[in-house]
Amino acid sequence: MSNLKKLTSKRLFLPIFCMILVMMVNIIFDLASGNFPFSFFTISTRNGVLYGRLIDVLNRGSEIAILAIGMTLVVSASAGTDISVGSVMSLSAAFCCMLLAGFGVSSATQLQMPLIVGVLAGILMGCLCGVFNGALVAYLNVQPMVATLILYSAARAIGLLLCNNLIVYIRDDSFKFFGGFFGPVPTPIVIAVICVAIMSVILKKTALGLYIQSVGINKKASRIAGLNSERIIFLCYVICGLCAGIAGIVNASRISSADSNNIGLSYELDAILSVALGGNSLGGGKFSLIGSIIGAYTIQAITTTLFAIGVSTDQAPVYKAIIVIIIVAIQAPPVSAYLKQRAAKKALAKGVN
Amino acid sequence: MKKKINSNTLLLLITIALFVVMYIIGCIIYANKGFTHFQTFLNILINNAGLLCVACGMTCVMLTGGIDISVGSLIAMDCMFLAVGMEIWKMNAMVLIVLVLLIGVIFGIVQGFLIGYLQIQPFIVTMAGMFFARGMTAMIYSKQISVSSNAWFVAVANAKIKIPFGSYVNNKGVEQIPFIRIPVVIALLVLIIVFLMLKYTKFGRNMYAVGGNEQSAIMMGLDVKKTKLKAYMLSSFLCSIGGICYCMNTMSGSVQQALGLEMDAIASSVIGGTLLTGGVGNVIGSFFGVLINGTISTLVKTNGKLLSSWSSIAVAALLCFFIVLQSVFAKIKDGKK
Repeated sequence: MSNLKKLTSKRLFLPIFCMILVMMVNIIFDLASGNFPFSFFTISTRNGVLYGRLIDVLNRGSEIAILAIGMTLVVSASAGTDISVGSVMSLSAAFCCMLLAGFGVSSATQLQMPLIVGVLAGILMGCLCGVFNGALVAYLNVQPMVATLILYSAARAIGLLLCNNLIVYIRDDSFKFFGGFFGPVPTPIVIAVICVAIMSVILKKTALGLYIQSVGINKKASRIAGLNSERIIFLCYVICGLCAGIAGIVNASRISSADSNNIGLSYELDAILSVALGGNSLGGGKFSLIGSIIGAYTIQAITTTLFAIGVSTDQAPVYKAIIVIIIVAIQAPPVSAYLKQRAAKKALAKGVN
Repeated sequence: MKKKINSNTLLLLITIALFVVMYIIGCIIYANKGFTHFQTFLNILINNAGLLCVACGMTCVMLTGGIDISVGSLIAMDCMFLAVGMEIWKMNAMVLIVLVLLIGVIFGIVQGFLIGYLQIQPFIVTMAGMFFARGMTAMIYSKQISVSSNAWFVAVANAKIKIPFGSYVNNKGVEQIPFIRIPVVIALLVLIIVFLMLKYTKFGRNMYAVGGNEQSAIMMGLDVKKTKLKAYMLSSFLCSIGGICYCMNTMSGSVQQALGLEMDAIASSVIGGTLLTGGVGNVIGSFFGVLINGTISTLVKTNGKLLSSWSSIAVAALLCFFIVLQSVFAKIKDGKK
């Protein structure tokens, strides 16, 4: 009993538990439909690249994992979430493709400028959006979600303007690299791993992670202790914008076009969900980056499973919304207080016996 | 009794002035395109009747210091339910309308319970509600569907209420009598009722108290949790009324309907002087916020060459401007203390 309790109180219990649950569902589903029960885990090579449902989850989940990095920091530092990430993704993709194809061109076979310039400009656009959000939240004390709501609706519209209301196709093989394959491994996985590695090194080797947590726990106390609370919150939003920019480029490269209406649609829900699934409180404070990353891949596994069962893209948000509410409700202060009270009563009864 | 102008009434005055200036500019630039006619103004009301209902509910929620971003999706769900109910299930329109209102109330109670009693952040709950409702819309029916077979509903939607003044003769020599439609009447009734409720009922005053300072509201013995639950219930209920108005306007249901309407509703409330922190605001301000919103989109439409994205960018920019204005006022207030 006490071992179980110890296990459930571990930080990473929730994400890993959910991950195992999703895999179980997959195995059961495969058994029920008469397939090989472990077909979820089989990895094969076709045409020289890795192939399999697990690889697919890792591949498609890269954008969410990249977004989850930024979202974790934002949630931790400001106790609010950045709901503009999906729109910012589409804006940076649109900006990148607009630069590469030229304004008003709907299909380009030749790049107008070096690939790297376009990609960097797209990522820079994401950073700019982060700067805008961060300035509103950190320096003007606007509630995070209201501040990011502005870009949530405006960024997509600006993206449409940049593309002149067209879907910009870039039919150039070099652009497909970011969503394609790096040797046998899909490039998005490599990009996600690099992003996570860089961020973990920064958080481990510098005091930034500690600063972010202390600002999240108590903003005023951290300021009195000598931290520049505003600048740290600002920085978190910029990092979040940067991550959204990278995710946007990866997504655009995957479909080799900039479709402002559809890139990053409802990704904000996935990103927030992965932070919540990762065992992080949405009320700010302590965070675990690895938890969020596991959470992100769990979300993608859930999505893939839903699609495999036959739920359409439009309907998937229903299930995800229910999952969010359940997770957040378990974390809610009155519920956890009630659970604690019950546990204490049980312990008391045991003591009497 | 002479009232002193404080920063809050100043925000409302700025809004009204902005609307007047914007409308006059529109009249000057697009005089030859019929912007000066009385009907143009009425069209703004007709097109935004649904938004007006939603903005009233949003204002109530924002008074308690919360926010409700599920409204756009809820409207899409209502419209889809109405459309599918009439076209495929062949149900009675009155029954459907009652059902839609009921769905709104239940939706609001669930959200209000999670926010009020479980103390979860309003944004998280209503964002989950937003995706839930949008997904449900797709579950009800995944394609676009238009309403045409229900005679009663079509008749109500197409009914014109003529206004005896402000008529003009168009270039074909036919006299055009300005008119409004039934949703406008509903929306204006909602506006008046909510205005009176906020001013004179216990529940209305409770919402101001909860938003102004939650701690002192608890100390005063107010039931904060219940007030919050009621506020979200009211918002979703008004949103459902808005959904019916919206359906009468568009006469269709689709998954992509009312995308980003929550943004317009929040912008209308904020532009109308409702503070995001709660406790200050009025539905009259929100009414002008809706008018400004409608004027912007009418200006963009009348121009004809601009992409429709411009209107959402303009609304977002305006929202940003007013948010900054609010926070500057708040900083000045803090500085005085």
